[in-house]
Amino acid sequence: MTALAALLIRDMRLAVRVGGGALIGVLFFLLVVTIIPFAIGPDLALLARIGPAILWLGALLASLLGLDRLIASDHEDGSLDLILSAQTPLELTMAAKAFAHWLTTGLPLVVATPLLGLLLNLDPVATGAVALTLAAGTPALTFIGLVGAALTVALRRGGLLLAVLILPLTIPVLIFGVSASNAAIVGPIPFGTPFTILCALTLMSAVVGPIAAAATLRQGLD
Amino acid sequence: MDLGPYAAFIIGAYAVAILIVAALIAWVLIDQRRQRQLLSDLEARGIKRRSERSPERHP
Amino acid sequence: MPLIDLANPTRFLTLSGRILPWLSAATLIAFAFGIAQVIGAPDDYQQGATAKIMYIHVPAAWLSMFVWGTMSIAALGTLVWRHPLADVAAKAAAPIGAALTLQCLITGSLWGRPMWGTYWVWDGRLTSVLVLFLMYLGVLALWRTIEEPARAARAVAVLTLVGALNLPIIKFSVDWWSTLHQPSSVLRLGAPAMHSSILVPLLVMGLAFFLLFFTLHLAAMRNEIMRRRVRTLMLMQADAATGH
Repeated sequence: MTALAALLIRDMRLAVRVGGGALIGVLFFLLVVTIIPFAIGPDLALLARIGPAILWLGALLASLLGLDRLIASDHEDGSLDLILSAQTPLELTMAAKAFAHWLTTGLPLVVATPLLGLLLNLDPVATGAVALTLAAGTPALTFIGLVGAALTVALRRGGLLLAVLILPLTIPVLIFGVSASNAAIVGPIPFGTPFTILCALTLMSAVVGPIAAAATLRQGLD
Repeated sequence: MDLGPYAAFIIGAYAVAILIVAALIAWVLIDQRRQRQLLSDLEARGIKRRSERSPERHP
Repeated sequence: MPLIDLANPTRFLTLSGRILPWLSAATLIAFAFGIAQVIGAPDDYQQGATAKIMYIHVPAAWLSMFVWGTMSIAALGTLVWRHPLADVAAKAAAPIGAALTLQCLITGSLWGRPMWGTYWVWDGRLTSVLVLFLMYLGVLALWRTIEEPARAARAVAVLTLVGALNLPIIKFSVDWWSTLHQPSSVLRLGAPAMHSSILVPLLVMGLAFFLLFFTLHLAAMRNEIMRRRVRTLMLMQADAATGH
C-alpha cells in the first residue's frame, strides 16, 4: 500500500472515531436546517423558495467544523513532523488529507441532503439539484479550508480565525452553488452555466489548496 | 381489511415501525453476543476480576 | 432481599437475567393483542383508515418523553446519589429513546402526508418532537465522545437534566411560534375523538411499547455492565503487560 493510501485510510479511520467529527458534521447540518425555520417562520412556500440557500449555508458551516482539527491534531501528536519529513511530496499528502476530510465530512452532507430537503418542502428535482451542486462544491470548501487549517495549525484558538480567513474565499463557491440549484428549479439561466463554473472552482482549489497549504507548513510552524 | 386510498402510507408507517423495533432488538442481541464473547476470551486468557480469582493466586 | 442489593452489578445481572425471559414473553403477548385490536379498530370519520397509524405514532411519542424522563432520573442517580447502576441505566436508555423518537417522527410524517400533501409541516407538535430527537442525538454524541465512563456519565447527566428542564420551555415556545404563523387549513394530527373502540387499541399498543422499552432497556443494561467489565479487564491486562 502506498504511503498516500495509508495516510488516506488513517485519516478516515480517525475521523469516524470518537470525537472525530464525521457524523457530528451531519448532525450540525441537521441542526442548522432545523433552527432556520424557527427564525423565519414555517411558511412552506417561503422555505421551498430559499431551501437551496439554507442547505448550502448549512453545508458550508458544517464543513468548517472539522477543518481546524485537520492538521492541528497531527501537529499535536507529532505525526505532522513525520509527514513533513517524509519522501512523499507534501502537496500530495495535503491533498490526501483533504480528500479524506471530504469523504468523511463533505460526502455525508451530500447524502443527508435529500432528507433535509424533505424538511424544507423541496420537491425531488430541487433536492436533486442541490445535492448535485453540493457534491461538486463541497470538495472546493474542503480544499480552500485546507489552506486555513495550515495557516492556523499552531494557534490555540485556531477555529474561529480559520472561519474568518476562509469564509470570504468560499463566497464564489456559495454563489455558484446556490445559483446552479436555483437555475435547475426556476431558471431562467441554464443549469450548466453556473454548474460548470462551480466544477471549475473545485478543480482549481484542488490544485491551489494543497500547494498553498504545503508552502505554509514549510514556512515553519513557530 | 380495506385500508382505503392511502394504504401505502399506512403500510409504510407500520413497516418503518417494525424495522426500527427489529433494529433495536438486533442491536441488543448482537451487542450481547459480542460482550459475552469478549468476556469469555479474556477469561480463557486467565484474566479475571478480583472477585472471581481463586484464593491460591494471591500470595 | 433489600432494594439496595440491586445496586450491586453482579446481583443485578442475576436478577435481571431471571426477569428478562418473562418480560420478553409479556411484550410479545401484548403486541399480539395490540395488533389484533388495531386490525379490528374502526376507521376515523375524517381520516379513514390512515388513523390506524396513530396506534404506532402516539405510543412512540409517549415513550420518547418517558425515556427522557428515565434518563433524567438516572442522571439524578449519577449526580446526587452516585448510584452505580445509574450510569448504566442512562447510557442504555439513550439509543432506545432516540430510535422511538425517530419512529414517532417518521410515522407522523407518513400520517400527515395524505392530509397535508407534503411529508413535513412545521406544526407545533411534530417540530417539538424533532427538537427532542436532536437532543437525543446530542446525548448520544456526548456518550461517544468522552472516553472514560464515569466522566462521560456525569457530563451526560448534566446535559440530560438541563434538557429535561428545557423541554417544557421548548414545547411552549414551539407551540407559540407555530400559532404566530397559522397556515390556512392544517388538519391537526390529533387523535380522533376517543371512543373506547379507539382508546382500547391505543392503550394496548401503548402497553406493548412500554413493555418493549423495559425489555430492551434491561437487556441493554446487562450488555453495558458486561462492556464495562471487558474494559476493566483489558485495562488490567494492559497494566499487567507493562509490569505494574
